[in-house]
Amino acid sequence: MPEAIARLDDVSVRFGDRVVLQNCSLEIAEGAITCIIGMSGAGKSTILRLLDGLLKPDSGHVYLHENDICHMRESQLIEMRTKIGFAFQFAALFDSMTVGENVSLPLREHTSLSEKEIFDIAMHTLDGVGLAHTYHNMPAELSGGMLKRAGFARAVVTNPEMVLYDEPTTGVDPIVTHLLTDTIKRLRKQLNATAVVISHDLQSIYMMADYVAMLFEGAIIASGPVDEVRKSANPIVQQFLQGSEVGPIPL
Amino acid sequence: MAQVLREVEDSQAAQAVERVSIGALASIGRKVSDIFEYAGGLTLLMWETAKTIFRLRIRFAETLNQCYLLGYQSLIIVLLTSLFTGMVFSLESAVQAVQYGFGSFVGGIVSYTNVRELGPMLTAVVVAGRVCAAIAAELGSMEVTEQIEALQSLGLAPVRFLVVPRLLALMIMLPLLTIFADVIGVLGGQWIAHAQAHIGYQDFMSSARQTVGFLDVVKGLFKSFIFGIVIAMIGAYQGLTTKGGAAGVGKAATSAVVTCIILIFILNFVMSYFLYAGA
Repeated sequence: MPEAIARLDDVSVRFGDRVVLQNCSLEIAEGAITCIIGMSGAGKSTILRLLDGLLKPDSGHVYLHENDICHMRESQLIEMRTKIGFAFQFAALFDSMTVGENVSLPLREHTSLSEKEIFDIAMHTLDGVGLAHTYHNMPAELSGGMLKRAGFARAVVTNPEMVLYDEPTTGVDPIVTHLLTDTIKRLRKQLNATAVVISHDLQSIYMMADYVAMLFEGAIIASGPVDEVRKSANPIVQQFLQGSEVGPIPL
Repeated sequence: MAQVLREVEDSQAAQAVERVSIGALASIGRKVSDIFEYAGGLTLLMWETAKTIFRLRIRFAETLNQCYLLGYQSLIIVLLTSLFTGMVFSLESAVQAVQYGFGSFVGGIVSYTNVRELGPMLTAVVVAGRVCAAIAAELGSMEVTEQIEALQSLGLAPVRFLVVPRLLALMIMLPLLTIFADVIGVLGGQWIAHAQAHIGYQDFMSSARQTVGFLDVVKGLFKSFIFGIVIAMIGAYQGLTTKGGAAGVGKAATSAVVTCIILIFILNFVMSYFLYAGA
C-alpha cells in the first residue's frame, strides 16, 4: 500500500446519545481511489466530514500529511480545505449562482487570476465532465446526474490533492452511474489526486476502487485492496457484498 | 388488607405527584437551557461577524446587492405603513386638540412621536416581517441542502460570505428607510390635520420645528441602526441553525420573525428609557 495521505487514528464521534464512530482507525492511500462501504447510517459521510475538518471528533486524531487537523485554527483549516475537494451527495451547488459561477467561485476567492483566466479554467473543468454547455445555466435547470457532475467540477477546479465524493452514484440510473464512475476515475488520473468515495454501488466500486474499507458499528472491520476485501472471510463483509438478508448484520 | 391497599394507593399517588413535579422542573430546566444556548450561539455569531468586519474582510458588491434586496425593495411597504400611521395618528389627535384649544401643538405632537418612536419602530417591525424571515429562510434552506457545508469545504467562511453583507446592508438601509418613514409620516399627518381639523400647513410645520430637535432625529436613527443589527443577526442565526428539512426552514423563518419583533419592542423601550431620560 502506498504512503497514507490522510489518517484517522482511534476516532470516536457521537451525536447526542448516538455513537457514530467508536475508536475508528483508517488510512487513505496517496494517489489511489479508496471506497468506504457500509450500511446506511453507519457513519461513512461522517468520515468524509472529519477528513475535511468540517467536524471535530470527540476523541482521537485526524491527520492530513501527518498534520493533526483536529487542533488547527479556523484560518489553518480554511487553508487546508483549499487542497481538498468535496463533492456532496446532492451536489450542494449554490442555487443563486449559475453553474459557471459555482465552478469559478473557489478560483475567484482563493487566487489572483484574471476574470478571463478564471473563465477559461472553469470552462475547461466543466468540459472535462461534459458540461461546458451548462456554464450559464442555473443549477435548478440541470438533471440529477448533471448536478453531480457540476459538483465534481467545482470540487476539482482548484486541482486539489484529495477529492472526497459523498455517494456520487446514489439516485441516478445505471448509465449515469457508469458515467459518474468513469468521471471519478478519469479525474483521479488527470489530477493525480487521491480520491475517497462513499458508495453503496458495488459494481461501480469494483470498477474504480483501488482500496476498500468497510465500516460497521462505528469501526473499520475490513480494509485493503479490492480483491483482498472481496475474499475476506469476515461473515459481515461477505453478507454485505452479497446483499444477503441472512447473516450477522442486524436488519 | 384495606389498610395495606390504602397505603399502596397513597404511595402511588405520592409517586405520581413526584413524577409530575420532576417533569415540570425538567421542562423549565430545558427551556432555561435552550434560552442560554440561543443567547450563547447568537453572541458567538455576533463576535465572529464583528471580527470579520473589523478585519475589513467585506464583500462590497454583495453588500450593495443586499442593500438593494433588503433595503430598497422594502421602501414601498415602509412608506405605505408610515403614511397611514401618521395619518391615523393625526386624525385621532388633531380634532380633539382643536376642540380643547391645542390645535397649534398638533404638528409638534405628530412629528415628535413619529421621529422618536413610530418611525424607527414601525420601520423595524415592517422590515423584520419581510426581511428577517427571508434571511432565515434563505440561509436555512442553504443549511439543509448542505450549501453552508459546501461553502466551508471550499475554504470560505459562511459568516463573511453570508452574514456580513446582510448585516452591513441593514445597518445602512434601516436608518435610511426610517428617514423616509419619518418624512412621509409627518407629511401624512400634516395633510390630515389640515383636511380634518383645518390646521394650516405653516402652523403644523412651525409647531413641528419648535418641538423636534436635531438630536431627536439622531436618536431615532440610532435606534434604527440597532434594530438593523437585531434583524440581521436573528435572521442569520436562525437560518444557520436550521435543522430538519423543509419543515425546519418554515419553523426557522417563523421563529426568526417572532423573536425579532419581540426583541425590537423590548429594545425600543430600553433605548427610549436611556436615550430620552430627562428629555
